[in-house]
Amino acid sequence: MNTVKLGLALMFAGVLAGCSTTGSKPGEVAVEDRGTTAGATEEVTTRAAGDYGELGMQALNDPSSPLSHRVIYFAFDSSEVAEQDRDLLAAHAAFLAANPDVKVSVEGHTDERGSREYNIALGERRAQAVKRILEFQGASPAQMTVVSYGEEKPAAEGHDESAWSLNRRVELVYVGR
Amino acid sequence: MKKPILLLAACFLAWPLLAPAALTIEITQGVEGALPIAVVPFDESNNAYQPPQDVARIIADDLRRSGRFAPVDEQNLIARPVQAAQIRFKDWRTLGVGSLVIGRVETTGEGSFRIQFQLFDVFRGRQLIGFSVPTTRTRMRYDAHRISDLIYEKLTGQRGAFATRIAYVTVEKKGKKRSYHLQVADADGYNPQTILRSTQPLMSPAWSPDGQRLAYVSFEKRRASIFVQDVGSGKRERVLAFAGINGAPAWSPDGRRLAVTLSRDGNPEIYIYTLATRKLQRVTRSTAIDTEPVWSPDGASLVFTSDRGGSPQLYRVPVSGGRARRLTFEGNYNASADFSPDGKHLALVHGAGGKYRIGLLDLDSGRFRLLTDGRLDESPSFAPNGSMIIYATAAGKRGVLAAVSSDGRFKQRLSLQTGDVREPAWSPFDRRQ
Repeated sequence: MNTVKLGLALMFAGVLAGCSTTGSKPGEVAVEDRGTTAGATEEVTTRAAGDYGELGMQALNDPSSPLSHRVIYFAFDSSEVAEQDRDLLAAHAAFLAANPDVKVSVEGHTDERGSREYNIALGERRAQAVKRILEFQGASPAQMTVVSYGEEKPAAEGHDESAWSLNRRVELVYVGR
Repeated sequence: MKKPILLLAACFLAWPLLAPAALTIEITQGVEGALPIAVVPFDESNNAYQPPQDVARIIADDLRRSGRFAPVDEQNLIARPVQAAQIRFKDWRTLGVGSLVIGRVETTGEGSFRIQFQLFDVFRGRQLIGFSVPTTRTRMRYDAHRISDLIYEKLTGQRGAFATRIAYVTVEKKGKKRSYHLQVADADGYNPQTILRSTQPLMSPAWSPDGQRLAYVSFEKRRASIFVQDVGSGKRERVLAFAGINGAPAWSPDGRRLAVTLSRDGNPEIYIYTLATRKLQRVTRSTAIDTEPVWSPDGASLVFTSDRGGSPQLYRVPVSGGRARRLTFEGNYNASADFSPDGKHLALVHGAGGKYRIGLLDLDSGRFRLLTDGRLDESPSFAPNGSMIIYATAAGKRGVLAAVSSDGRFKQRLSLQTGDVREPAWSPFDRRQ
């Protein structure tokens, strides 16, 4: 069941991604689609379930498995991975090493303070720090892509430290091949 | 064959057919000593077609928004002359009104009009300028702004920037989904148009020097790419899409190159991309973050943000590369620079004591002063005449735009009814005229 859910979620994400580059309505600018998102996303969607295999998927979604935890948090203006998150990253690295077909997007985020483009750079520095640790522990660089969203996709909406601490993060987002 | 249907359905859901809401402007800090001026409602009698715009109202609002003028409220006008012969200068003089604008709007055909206006020096009792401007139903608002530009220039000696536009990003949140819109509006917030929508973030709009194109960052396909879009036609091209960061585009003054931030070589560095040849030239080399390049108006150097010294500060480097010189020393956060059009000042984001505010750095003297008093002020952008700086700030829990005069004395706020608005970019002077 979980497999299906993830597949559907990916399909929906794919559909939304497709939206951003296609379609138009009167009085609005038609946007050229210079890529192949739609087709490529379809492939991602249909293969996602199969490629993980039952065991892999169960591990990712089993709440008692460390692999179900896929977000780590950072201190203000820091890209240092906390000692307490090392075991979690080791588990993900081992999972990636054992499943070479699995790919993961390492997504860096920041809180809202400071300038937006600087935060993009800071988010990438966080994601790179996580990628290096995963690679050091056995994941292949080819399995990982790094993307930074800076402050553009906050996990929590507030404008105080309780929200900011949740937004300074790196998310591991597993995708099919 | 299921997918195309799904895709279409989702697109319609995500794209409501409503026109975007206009920004509303509220003056939050006025200026003592703003010059009283009377803009008398224009004569609209003898018209076969009702003019679609209140031209005098647009001019008065423009002049008020500049912070330099205090237009007399319409209900307080002591007389409503529509011809020079009807003006009793003595009456206006006793009120202390130094300047007077009168005019009329006449139909010249179906959908076409002529605006005539005259600006008078009340104390000398003579005309300063007078023009007859042919216009159309759809151009009337724009031509009213051009008249404001002429009046402003005649009275202050500085070119007006009312017939300009602003680009900005709005974000609406519905449940867990966000919708990002790149919008363009007149400088007074009217006539907003969405030129791009996405479910993924849109960032960093930058006007080409001819005011016809916008460069921006889009995260469609879940990665950052830099696009250049023609504002009029909507045609766009993806120009940079390397692995990692493709960000912070800034047009060279000649419009042929973009300074950008790329992390293709391992960490964020500044590059110059030539649009015609598609060639890249690397400008910075450091293990630190280098980002947010802006061009000096003479095109000879770039100012950018770097944390190579341990905290984000502004540096200046020749376009040809070479050693970067640090410009900011006050506090431990100075970022996101914008050059004043004369190249003498930088507007920037200054972080101190947990607050991020807009400041102005005098490049000759090195003197720095704060212009704003917000908590999360960012993205400063100069008006093309250097008179005002537009920026993003927080009002309560929402993101709004604000503008401050470059002397810090006059402030206004531009906000939407709902949703966040951010990353304003003030267009260059319009060259359609």
